[in-house]
This record gives sequence, C-alpha cells and structure tokens, in this order.
Amino acid sequence: MSVAQTLLGLLESGPRYGYDLKRAYDERFGRDRPLHYGQVYSTLARLLKNGLVEVESVEPGGGPERKCYTITDAGVTDVEHWLAQPEKPEPYLQSTLYTKVVLALLTGRAAAEVLDAQRTEHLRLMRELTRRKQQGDLADKLICDHALFHLEADLRWLELTAARLGELAKEVRR
Amino acid sequence: MSHALFSEAPMTGGRPDAPPLLYGVDLHKAFGPSRALDGASLHIRAGEVVALMGPSGSGKSTLMHCMAGIVRPDSGRIVYRNDDLTTMSDADRSALRRTEFGFIFQFGQLVPELSCLENVALALRLGGARQRAAEAKAAEWLETLEVADVAAKRPGEISGGQGQRVAVARALAADPSVIFADEPTGALDSLNGEKVMDLLTASARRMGTAVLLVTHDARVAAYSDREVVVRDGRTREGEPS
Repeated sequence: MSVAQTLLGLLESGPRYGYDLKRAYDERFGRDRPLHYGQVYSTLARLLKNGLVEVESVEPGGGPERKCYTITDAGVTDVEHWLAQPEKPEPYLQSTLYTKVVLALLTGRAAAEVLDAQRTEHLRLMRELTRRKQQGDLADKLICDHALFHLEADLRWLELTAARLGELAKEVRR
Repeated sequence: MSHALFSEAPMTGGRPDAPPLLYGVDLHKAFGPSRALDGASLHIRAGEVVALMGPSGSGKSTLMHCMAGIVRPDSGRIVYRNDDLTTMSDADRSALRRTEFGFIFQFGQLVPELSCLENVALALRLGGARQRAAEAKAAEWLETLEVADVAAKRPGEISGGQGQRVAVARALAADPSVIFADEPTGALDSLNGEKVMDLLTASARRMGTAVLLVTHDARVAAYSDREVVVRDGRTREGEPS
C-alpha cells in the first residue's frame, strides 16, 4: 500500500501536523501495523521536495519545530491519479483496495468507480487466464485455475463492498 | 471426435468495428411499482460473447428477456438487424425467436418425454427441416458437444452436465444469430460448467453466433469478450479485452 498517497489523501480534509497525520493514519489503516514517526516525517519530506505538500505554518517549541502541512494542487492530482489507477490484480490486495475505497468516501469521490475499475481489471486478467487455459495442457489449466479462484474471491469481495458502500460511507464520515 | 467446423475456433469473437447485430437503447420496464429497467442500453455484435452481470434484482434477466423479444419494454428501442422489436406484433416476435434466436436456461428445459436426439431434432423440425435431415444434424451436434452416447436416452436418465450440453446442442443446431443463455452453468459443478462454457463459446465464435450470457459467476463471465454490469436497472459497459 502507498503510504505517501494515503497521507496525501488524509491531508485533503485540511492541514495537519505530522503527529496528527500519523494518528489519523493509524486509526483508519494502521491498526495492525502503525506507522513509525520516522516513516511519517521522511515521507512528508519527500512529498515536500516533490511539491505535493507545502508547510503552511511552523510552530516553535521547546524541542524541534512543529510544521503544519497542507496539500498542493499537484498533490490532489496525485491522489486522484492513484485512486483512478487499478491495482495489479493479485491475491491479498484487499487492504490497498479497502484504503482506496475509504479514502474515496472520505474525500467525496465516487467509491463505486474505484470498485468498478478494479472489477474490470480483474475480469480482464480472468479472461486472459481463461484463454490460456483453453489453449494449454493440464498443468497450465491447474495453474490458471488456482489464480482464477483467487481472483474470483477478490471479485466477490468487490461485489459485497459495492453493496455495502452506503453503510460504509455513513461509518467513515461519522 | 470434434466437429470439423470447430477445429480452428478463434479464442475471441466479434470485430470491434462491426455494426451491432442487436442493440437496445434507453430501455425502461416496470413491474407494478418495481422499476426493473431504468434507462439500460446494450449492444452485441455477430460472433461476440457478452456477459451481463450484476447483483440479484439488478435487472439483468429482465434486460435479457427484453433483448430476446420475450418481454416488451415500456419505452426505448430494441433493434435486431433493421427491425424494431418494440413495434413488432407478438406473432412476428415469436417467429423471430424461433428462427433467429436460441435459448439456454439454468435447467436445460428439455422435453422430458423425448430422447436427447429428438430434443435437438425438434428445434430443427420447428424450423422446417425434414425428420431424417433433422435427426442426422442433431446427431452431429450431439457428437460435437461430446454427448453422442446419450442420444437415445431421455433427459431424466442423464446427468445435469450432459443435459446442459444437450441444451447447448439444441440451441446451436438451428443456426441462430444470437443465443441467450441465462445462468447456463448455474446448476453444474466447476468441471462440467467449464466444459459447457468451452463448447458453447468455441462453437458460437466459430459460427459467428452472438451470445448474451446472464451470469453472476465471474469464472463464467471470463469466457466473454466483455462484460456489461447492470445496477438498479442501468448498464455500465466494461472495456473489451
């Protein structure tokens, strides 16, 4: 999962300090694997260098200065592009997809389109595998079947999530 | 032995630049207060396999029934070649279904009193073929679908997978331009379902027959050239691949 784009997406709702960003990330996406502070600040430094965020204000304190970050137009475009780009279908991608769906809902984008783009991409790969199966020997068939069943399971998750989008939207906006 | 016609079956069908063979535009259909179709549109080209997908109650079966001329939409147009199905008389639509369209349902819907051979031959007899010619062609189709050994048996004496292959033979034997298949593997296990889909799509593509496939099964949809998703009575077409 892309930590950079997720942090950018979280910044879309308003400027935040690095500490607040980490907390928001951990609360929504990092329950099992919270971010290290070092990772948050190094990611923000890279986003700053690339012009995707700006420092809105600096608060001097006893220790290091606290910087408040805000997303730039280029940053919004970057999130937009990331959300629109389907993930390469592979098993166990749900956490990335889940993040995309939640971020789309949080930022007022069409989460159903994120799911639809992914469904199209999954089916495209399933077609490819089905053709390979039709032309291949038994070993090919078995290898393709293994991948097809995994992709089918993903698709079921996509269907179910699409059916629960309204419910999820209420929950994430609470 | 495989049918010689299908020895070089292409793996995909339907030229993207070809005009649609059958299309429906802005279709609406309500059953009492329930709106089954709410502006759905769909097209299919000769030799193309299109999967209609969507959650239960989304309108995909109603859309297929409208496209097949079984149900008349409340509004919108459905055009097959140059004929508008929505303005045709019931008798003309029945004739069109008999001569141009083929149907496969979840449970084969074979005539239980007839043998498998007679079931397939019946479709040809209804199209005007003589009995001997119809039976010879039916036997050939049963062989193509790899169920020649059940020709003399009645539907009640064969397995679900065999029955579904007989149903595919019956649908293809009359040489239709479009086959409408509603969950054709819904009652079969994975292996039999795969066999039916392999034979159905390979035969249809080779003959240039369009197949409109209603399914909720992604592995069945993966045999199509593209999918159309139906949600709340509206359609969204996927990219061809």
